[in-house]
Amino acid sequence: MIFSLAIYGAPYSSQASDSAYRFATAALAGGHSIYRLFFYADGVHNATRLAAPPQDENNLPRAWRQLIEAHAIDSVVCIASALRRGIINGEEAERYGCDADNLAGGFEISGLGQLLDAAVRCDRLITFGD
Amino acid sequence: MSAKAKKILVVSSHAPYGKSTARESLDAVLAASAYEQDLQLLFVGDGVFQLLKQQDTSATGAKNLAATLPVLPLYDINDIYVHQQSLDQRQLTAADLVLEVKCLDSRQVAALMDRQEIILSF
Repeated sequence: MIFSLAIYGAPYSSQASDSAYRFATAALAGGHSIYRLFFYADGVHNATRLAAPPQDENNLPRAWRQLIEAHAIDSVVCIASALRRGIINGEEAERYGCDADNLAGGFEISGLGQLLDAAVRCDRLITFGD
Repeated sequence: MSAKAKKILVVSSHAPYGKSTARESLDAVLAASAYEQDLQLLFVGDGVFQLLKQQDTSATGAKNLAATLPVLPLYDINDIYVHQQSLDQRQLTAADLVLEVKCLDSRQVAALMDRQEIILSF
């Protein structure tokens, strides 16, 4: 089955992101495929490359990066959600005159249309978070 | 995007303010309207508060949802449903709402969901 995941929760603030990560891992291990991860609302915080959690805790942003890289998963961060919350890539940082960027490799910034595209093209869209 | 329109239901269940979910669900609805799918919208639980007339957010710095919701018909979104029991529990009626909506009982909500191909939950 072809899944897409919509993730609304920030890492550490809610269980949503961790559950989504575990679902994605289990789906891939079960022979399913993931068409797209769409990070929306507070979910965009999963895409920072600057998170530095304590060493005895899961490093969820890093885990996402590794999963995305290992399986070449299309991973989209909603641009409207991201820019509001200070998640930004080099191109947007330049556009808005920001002095740094923090979007991790493997993620791209794009619009809500990518969520709709994912919903329409995959067999199941699973939402994590509220 | 595939040629055949899919039946998509957006379920909105959060109060309009306090967290951004309601506003971001509306953003998703408006974005979805551009993709020529068969789009329907359902308000349940505290989500019905989004539809209240006379919302005033001037003291909070939040955008006023009641000002945006009436544009939905302009985006060709006309199938807007509200869960009647959610209204009843909050002592509201359809007359309190900024939009013309269709009120559904719980059984009809279940049937509505059953007819969909995709449900986007907020």
